[in-house]
Amino acid sequence: MSKQILIDPVTRIEGHSKITIHLNDDGSVRDAQFHVTQFRGFEKFCEGRPFSEMPALTGRTCGICPVSHLIASAKACDQLLAVEIPPTAAKLRRIMNLAQIVQSHALSFFHLSSPDLLFGMDATPEKRNIVGVMELRPSLARDGIALRKFGQEIIALLGGKRIHPAWVVPGGVSNPLDPKMREQMLAMIPEMQAISLRTLTWFKTLLEQFREEIRTFGNFPSMFMGLVTPQTNGEHNALLDHYDGKLRFIDASGNIVLDQIDPTKYNDYIAESVESFTYLKSPYFKPLGYPEGIYRVGPLARLNIIDRCGTPLADKEWTEFRALRRGVILSSFHQHYARLIEILYGIERIEQLLNESDILDKNVRAIAKPSRSEGIGVSEAPRGTLMHHYKIDENGLITWVNMIIATGHNNLAMNQSVKQVAQHYVRSERLQEGMLNRVEAVIRSYDPCLSCSTHALGKMPLHIQLLGSQGDVIDEVKR
Amino acid sequence: MAVKTFTIDGQAVTAEETDTILQAATDAGIKIPTLCHLDGLGDVGACRLCITEVSGTNKLLPACVTKVSEGMEIKTNSERIQKYRRMILELLFAERNHVCSVCVANRHCELQTLAEEHGMMSVRFPYQYPNTTVDASHDWFILDHNRCVLCTRCVRVCDEVEGAHVWDVMGRGTNSRVITDLNQPWGDSETCTSCSKCVQVCPTGALSSKGKSVAEMVKKRDFLPYLMATREEKI
Repeated sequence: MSKQILIDPVTRIEGHSKITIHLNDDGSVRDAQFHVTQFRGFEKFCEGRPFSEMPALTGRTCGICPVSHLIASAKACDQLLAVEIPPTAAKLRRIMNLAQIVQSHALSFFHLSSPDLLFGMDATPEKRNIVGVMELRPSLARDGIALRKFGQEIIALLGGKRIHPAWVVPGGVSNPLDPKMREQMLAMIPEMQAISLRTLTWFKTLLEQFREEIRTFGNFPSMFMGLVTPQTNGEHNALLDHYDGKLRFIDASGNIVLDQIDPTKYNDYIAESVESFTYLKSPYFKPLGYPEGIYRVGPLARLNIIDRCGTPLADKEWTEFRALRRGVILSSFHQHYARLIEILYGIERIEQLLNESDILDKNVRAIAKPSRSEGIGVSEAPRGTLMHHYKIDENGLITWVNMIIATGHNNLAMNQSVKQVAQHYVRSERLQEGMLNRVEAVIRSYDPCLSCSTHALGKMPLHIQLLGSQGDVIDEVKR
Repeated sequence: MAVKTFTIDGQAVTAEETDTILQAATDAGIKIPTLCHLDGLGDVGACRLCITEVSGTNKLLPACVTKVSEGMEIKTNSERIQKYRRMILELLFAERNHVCSVCVANRHCELQTLAEEHGMMSVRFPYQYPNTTVDASHDWFILDHNRCVLCTRCVRVCDEVEGAHVWDVMGRGTNSRVITDLNQPWGDSETCTSCSKCVQVCPTGALSSKGKSVAEMVKKRDFLPYLMATREEKI
């Protein structure tokens, strides 16, 4: 290795990270690594706390997707209580989880990635940001804001707060749904559906323009994992299931490797590896070992593993999406596409759930004392499968925590994607904004949630250094 | 009984000589902030939030344990007092691990309310981050030392009202801790009647009901004046 290019920090993602690109003597890219540079320590400092605090405590992991943590955590706590929560509570949790997915996907697509899509990867950074989008295509920016608002409004109507509602609790939810609020939610649905459909139409017109990116943005064979609806008797049609369900693993050809796996048995199939260059662990599929056991989670994985979505409009879009190529869709660029289909699905499914006959039922919480010493909660967060695993002592105090976050599952895939894009676009003799932006953009396609803090939104400077073998700066780009 | 006449914040006030400044101010409709004080319990002047300026002395006197006297000129809300009250609050926050956002008593906490009322925007002192424990051995209740401000309301209510005297304070300075019986786990206490009075009078999330999630611990403190009034009638 003679040279190294450093992208620090990576911009327009949620959290703090950097990318290093290692060059051969001839200037070609030898390797690229995605470093997560922040350390949180949640698994450690939760020890000693009462288990009943865990949903709200772990919800603080993230300001974008606190609801995902609330849900997975509350499910783990339900197991500790050994209760089956009231059906209405499960439906209300589902609604909040879907609202969370809609708002988070909207943030990823419109606020973070649409500048790349609208202006192109080579546009100047001064233009290629959300303010630029507002100037050039205000309707697009407004649509993004409206969708995000819709998701957050539902979260606020259910839980009292847009961010960090303490409403999802062990045993169910703390308050039933108010009929007036149900009407407010239903009233928003038609407009949101229209927005989501017209955004899909617009996105599909871009596919031709981004052919090269589609071909090179994390386009490689890997396994995919996610939750699907549980099999009941008879023929099984695996549908999207973001709240509950069973794990399904498929290979790069779309063959089902494992199906209907009880998520609480995740430990039998997934192990975590640690690399010295990043604080983010690298989970892998145990039977294939490390690092061969690479798999992807998230919107693309979910749309790859299912037999259909389960709502009419989303199913139609999904059929068109899956027809892009034979077998499964491998390019990570299509995470954007998958995200838009999931937004549509989320809106449709929220409407279905709100119209269920028992949705206003007042019985929404099971009260019990902890009866098990170990609990595992698994749900689908916007970025993929989220796992919370707790152990408690005889008094209900936490003794051990393991959290596998969606972005973690994708760590190996993100590293491979960065390398693929760097090898295709980066030439050391001429550092150009566009090529390095593509390296960042492939990371953005995964919508990684690294710190789960929102303050980094488009405001952080990008600093890229091309370093010689002695650490001397050969070239530098700042913005 | 002798009656004393004095002024509070320039307002002429008359009170009995056995009254404290706090009682006299409350009767006159003047609010003095308190934390360790609770109507129905004996006062100990532990928190010092009710400090007042009294003519003739440079010392700041706690209103809850200072008796009124003739001709006193009392100020309850001067700039100096406000400064010290804010400082006291900041020191309380810095001393233990008060993390409101994930506390069972969030939005129902007297310490939090006081901080808001006094415009405490940040803590200027270094946080001590003591390595304190949580005692969840009781079947129904939890003691979280991280949130304790050592107001001793639990000690007093258990001793004066319930008559069990389960609670006490052990250690000195920043090592002080409320304890049950002879520093045994609460669940092993032989004197605790599980009446929950201590939990209800606790101003923060230090004592809470088991199973409560964040922001769910609402204290019911109105039982105390009611109970005391009923008892007095019986006597």
